[in-house]
Amino acid sequence: MKKIAFSFEHLSFSHSNGKEALKNLNISASAGESIAIIGSSGSGKTSLLNIIATSLRPSVGTVTVLNVDPWRISKGRLQRLRSLIGLVHQAAPIPPRQRVITAVLAGRLGQWPLWKSLLSLIYPVDIAGPHLCLQKLDLADRLFDRCDRLSGGQLQRVGVARVLYQAPQLFLADEPVSAMDPVLSDLTIQCLLEDARIRDACFVASLHAVDIALRWFPRIIGLRDGEVFFDLPAAEVSESLLQQLYASERGVLPKQGSANTSS
Amino acid sequence: MSRVRHLRDPDALRRFSVAVIALAILWPMMQLAQFDVFALFEVNNLKVFTNFLIQFFPPNLQTSFLALVLKATFETLAMATAGIALAMLMAIPLGLIITYSLSISRLGPASGHQIARLGRYLARMFMLLLRGIPEIVWALLLVRVFGLGPIAGVLAIAITYGGMLAKVYSEILETENTLPARALLMLGSGRINAFLYGLLPGASQELASYTIYRWECAVRASVVMGFVGAGGLGQLMDQSMKMLNGGEVSTILIVFLLLVLLADYISLIIRRQLS
Repeated sequence: MKKIAFSFEHLSFSHSNGKEALKNLNISASAGESIAIIGSSGSGKTSLLNIIATSLRPSVGTVTVLNVDPWRISKGRLQRLRSLIGLVHQAAPIPPRQRVITAVLAGRLGQWPLWKSLLSLIYPVDIAGPHLCLQKLDLADRLFDRCDRLSGGQLQRVGVARVLYQAPQLFLADEPVSAMDPVLSDLTIQCLLEDARIRDACFVASLHAVDIALRWFPRIIGLRDGEVFFDLPAAEVSESLLQQLYASERGVLPKQGSANTSS
Repeated sequence: MSRVRHLRDPDALRRFSVAVIALAILWPMMQLAQFDVFALFEVNNLKVFTNFLIQFFPPNLQTSFLALVLKATFETLAMATAGIALAMLMAIPLGLIITYSLSISRLGPASGHQIARLGRYLARMFMLLLRGIPEIVWALLLVRVFGLGPIAGVLAIAITYGGMLAKVYSEILETENTLPARALLMLGSGRINAFLYGLLPGASQELASYTIYRWECAVRASVVMGFVGAGGLGQLMDQSMKMLNGGEVSTILIVFLLLVLLADYISLIIRRQLS
């Protein structure tokens, strides 16, 4: 029996404006699993990831992350739990004037004592670590550049490198390759999958491009209007099932390299 | 025709009423404040004005007086700088506490959210108390405690400006892009780290330039406090004014202008360094 990475029980989530984003979800995933979440824009992919990331609190039902209910533990334990969860954002949330190395080092802020993070502002406490992470993503030469000198795709990879450096037990990624070309998308996804595999971490990614999801992920969850439309091994996901999933987009399947904007 | 009429700016009425209300409020205020531009240009008033100004010329440039001014200038600068430094010591923690985008319990929101909100509210009230009372009142009060001398002025500046800096610091931080700080809180970082790694890179220029502007204000404020015996250029100016020595007053005023110019220049250099 593998360790549970996260699980939802009858979980619903409504935004503060009353709009229901997720309806009665029952999902669970164990350590070492890699899952792609697909579905059209507004189907609830981002909300689902934010619930696992403990950034949003479910309105109904319970969520369990790395064997604890994040909303029933103390503030200090919740903070430690969060340091074990790495979330790659669609738009890398990095201040434009920060240097790449600082942005990557920030991945460990949840693990470092305060003196170390203060010291690191004066002189980077670790150069080899971020360098290695960037090297995996073919970005090692930009280590000491400022982030506002990078392109959208490069910045997105810095965001990925930060999470690689964080070395979490649970990898989450919200459209991690939306600004990258096909070659780099594959490289980045492979890199995240490999890193998760080595550390036996669970990896959950929401993806706009269906072909990437089917190519790399063994388990696919299709979300439609906040509900689980299917939860199947990749081999069992048929073309007609996908047509139905994307019915609201007139059955046109979003593929990599086509439309890149969605959330 | 009728279709075109439907395409009106929906905000027009609201904007128009805001403008009317603003005028309706401002006009009686001008009246209350006895605001009258033309009074400035009446012959009698102009004469009084000119006579007053003539006293100021020429500025007193005797070396003995300049030495006094120099000493007082250093005292004023020291007072303003020490005051601002103490104010920053108070303002930075206060500003970080009340900045909503650095609140950890807001994420979710977690169960301690209400308590955190109460804490922020109390901190805001405390800041209001600090900055709501004019520095001159604090100075008068502190002169009673510490006696005549710069220490009263330093503390008066520290108290009032601590409240002001905290308020503006948090406002600057709120207008920054808050996503980087939120992302850091999400990976388990504390409030201080989220500020240093998430907000400071974008906000440092504005924070520095506002702090220097406040330092400039503190230089001027320390002059006013000199009038109540807190030392520095103000005390010197008070004496000169009481002795109706316009030349000395204008020398001191020239020094003020130079100090403000200096503050401008320092601000420029620091902002250039940070960009």
